[in-house]
Amino acid sequence: MRSKSLLAAATLTALLSAPVSATPGDDAVTQLRQEIHRLRADYDQRLALLEARLADLAATQEQTPTPPQPAAAAAPAPAPAAPAPITALSGGGGKNFLNLSLDGLFAAGASTATDVPALEPGGHDPAQRGFTVQNVEVVFEGAVDPYFRGQANVILQISPEGETVVELEEVYATTTSLPGGLQVKAGQFFTEFGRLNPIHPHSWDFVDQPLVNGRFFGGDGLRSVGARISWLLPTDFYSEAYLGIQNSQGETLTSFRSVPGETLFGREIVEREVAAVDDLLFAPRYTASFDLTDTQTLLLGASAALGPNGTGESGKTRIYGIDGFWKWKSPTAFKGFPFFKVQGEVMHRDLDADAVPESDLAAASYTDWGGYLQLNWGYSPGQVVGLRLDRVDGDTGGSGELADPGDPALASRLRLSPVWTWFPTEYSKLRLQYNFDHGDALERDEHSLWLQLEFLLGAHAAHKF
Amino acid sequence: MSSAMRLPLLLVAAALLGGGLPARAELKIVATTSEYGALAAEIGGARVSVTTIAKPTEDPHFVDARPSQVVAMHRADVLIEGGAELEIGWLTPLLDGARNLRILAGAPGRVVASQGVHLLDIPQSADRSQGDAHIAGNPHFMLDPLNARIVATHLARAFTALDAGGAQTYEFNLATWIAALDAKLREWTAVLAPFKGRPIVTYHPTWRYFCSRFGLEANTFLEPKPGIPPSPPHLAQVIAKMKAQDIRVLLLEPYQPRKTAESVAAHNGARVVEVCQFPGGIPGTATYIDLIDTNVKRIAQALAAQP
Repeated sequence: MRSKSLLAAATLTALLSAPVSATPGDDAVTQLRQEIHRLRADYDQRLALLEARLADLAATQEQTPTPPQPAAAAAPAPAPAAPAPITALSGGGGKNFLNLSLDGLFAAGASTATDVPALEPGGHDPAQRGFTVQNVEVVFEGAVDPYFRGQANVILQISPEGETVVELEEVYATTTSLPGGLQVKAGQFFTEFGRLNPIHPHSWDFVDQPLVNGRFFGGDGLRSVGARISWLLPTDFYSEAYLGIQNSQGETLTSFRSVPGETLFGREIVEREVAAVDDLLFAPRYTASFDLTDTQTLLLGASAALGPNGTGESGKTRIYGIDGFWKWKSPTAFKGFPFFKVQGEVMHRDLDADAVPESDLAAASYTDWGGYLQLNWGYSPGQVVGLRLDRVDGDTGGSGELADPGDPALASRLRLSPVWTWFPTEYSKLRLQYNFDHGDALERDEHSLWLQLEFLLGAHAAHKF
Repeated sequence: MSSAMRLPLLLVAAALLGGGLPARAELKIVATTSEYGALAAEIGGARVSVTTIAKPTEDPHFVDARPSQVVAMHRADVLIEGGAELEIGWLTPLLDGARNLRILAGAPGRVVASQGVHLLDIPQSADRSQGDAHIAGNPHFMLDPLNARIVATHLARAFTALDAGGAQTYEFNLATWIAALDAKLREWTAVLAPFKGRPIVTYHPTWRYFCSRFGLEANTFLEPKPGIPPSPPHLAQVIAKMKAQDIRVLLLEPYQPRKTAESVAAHNGARVVEVCQFPGGIPGTATYIDLIDTNVKRIAQALAAQP
């Protein structure tokens, strides 16, 4: 132990006293150099002493042997670091190859509505009166090699029927070493559309997802297998452009090729093959951010999701969205509080439906829209109050008849949700939310009250702004 | 397809027209917290430009990863981080967004300040029921001037490795700064010497290194466990301990809850002393030496005022 650290100290001393290229100069410079050498010698001596003392201390504390210090040249004073063989994240990497975390998200509550799933279209929303396992998320995360980071989010749920459901929500690699501000992501991942879609349920500010996300992207959000390239533009402000290309079929692509047998605007989804590249989903996005003041940040974005839909061979869907986020945070924030933040998204869906053979449903085009606006005020450390206004609007234009004019999946709806959240620490939260629901397809106005509990175990990567 | 491709192409074109590449003259340094930024400015002088992420007045454990900081980190030649998990909640998303090879882990531009520093309070086990303990140890090591000296030397090395032309500047600035610090350290040691062994109360275990350097005892915290808010029973214990040991000094940082501290202090006629771990967090602390100087003077004054 002692001999190792003395060796390290000796190496260091040798490195420190390596001759510096001499430059011809006057006496002042020479004097200064001598002074520096004197200081160095003094410093080295002290370091060696400290090293020895530390080694003694470490030995008496019966700690495991210290490995030889790597990169001694970069370290000014390599001291024996105490062992910490425990999962932890640091700025660049932890003590493990793999960071593992588990997040449990549960809801309990009641609603005046008997059919809760009709009211709450989200796959991770409360599903019934009583208790719901909303989302149990297991995350594996770490650096793959010098070129990629990898992440997998595996979701477990228990359905109202008591069945355990496993969902491979996201599994992807992201490049870390591309030049020119470029980054590529590949695998199965949430489409980077708008602000909420790519965010996992435990990071939401409300118990449930906005109605528009449920209607346009389905219960589990818009996600698929594919690749995405993004470019951090060389502007003085933050600005980033994305282009995602993903498969356009499956149950997480509700407005696109979806799953045969499902319906879209009342028309049955048919089997449709990928014949050309434009049978895939294209998702461009641009986002920019501005620091309005030292304490206020604005983030704006525009997204599109463009692809074929399953109403027939020529069906096309175009979804456009704009999103905004503004946050004020106190200059003397404690635990990140107090803050005030406003977030909103508006989405517009433009859908060309193919003619349905052997029926009187001709080709048609439909448009509808939806959006939400939410405010959250973190008024005291760990405590947040919020309010969300949610709106989805029925078919508002286009041409052609709806297959079912009374289709609840297309009816106008309005929801108002006050919420209160308490974070005992950043690893747990309790949330109480009331929902007022009003809609054309609802028999009456509905009232719901949900209590949510979250707990987080392990090393969970921090989230983006 | 055509409409899918048009939008990004337009964006790319707009960006190319809008923003030119900035000229590169000096080492661009990003520091997570302001004590590293202040040291980098001392050592780098005019050869560096420094951006600090966390505000010196805010809780460094919870900082927003603002997108503008992604831009600063994208352009940085050097990133200085503490490396003891203080920045765990916000540095990773910034690094992921920055996509900057020069500051990736292990790159010459990545300076981990805690490297070579002996950390205190390393937990025996990873157990969050014991609060928000940092696995690597207490991350507030820069409040010990001797640790700051190690970091300053580390910075001079790192800057020299990236900018050989500035080697003499960095070496000169380092020597000058160390000489100034050593002189001040003798002064501070003398100022606090009369109070050797005196206990003080702090909100969070921020002052462990400072007190161990200057012979004060900082083992009483308003937080029952690191990062856990004070509970009434715990505060009652603290008040009892303050009365039993006649503790009359309570250190408070700019972002910590003042009301709690004042109500505890009132029970034993103690003084709440405003101190700071980051240069710029309280008036007159622009540099690291000014910061320690202010802290030492304020603490000595409060200890001396105690009857």
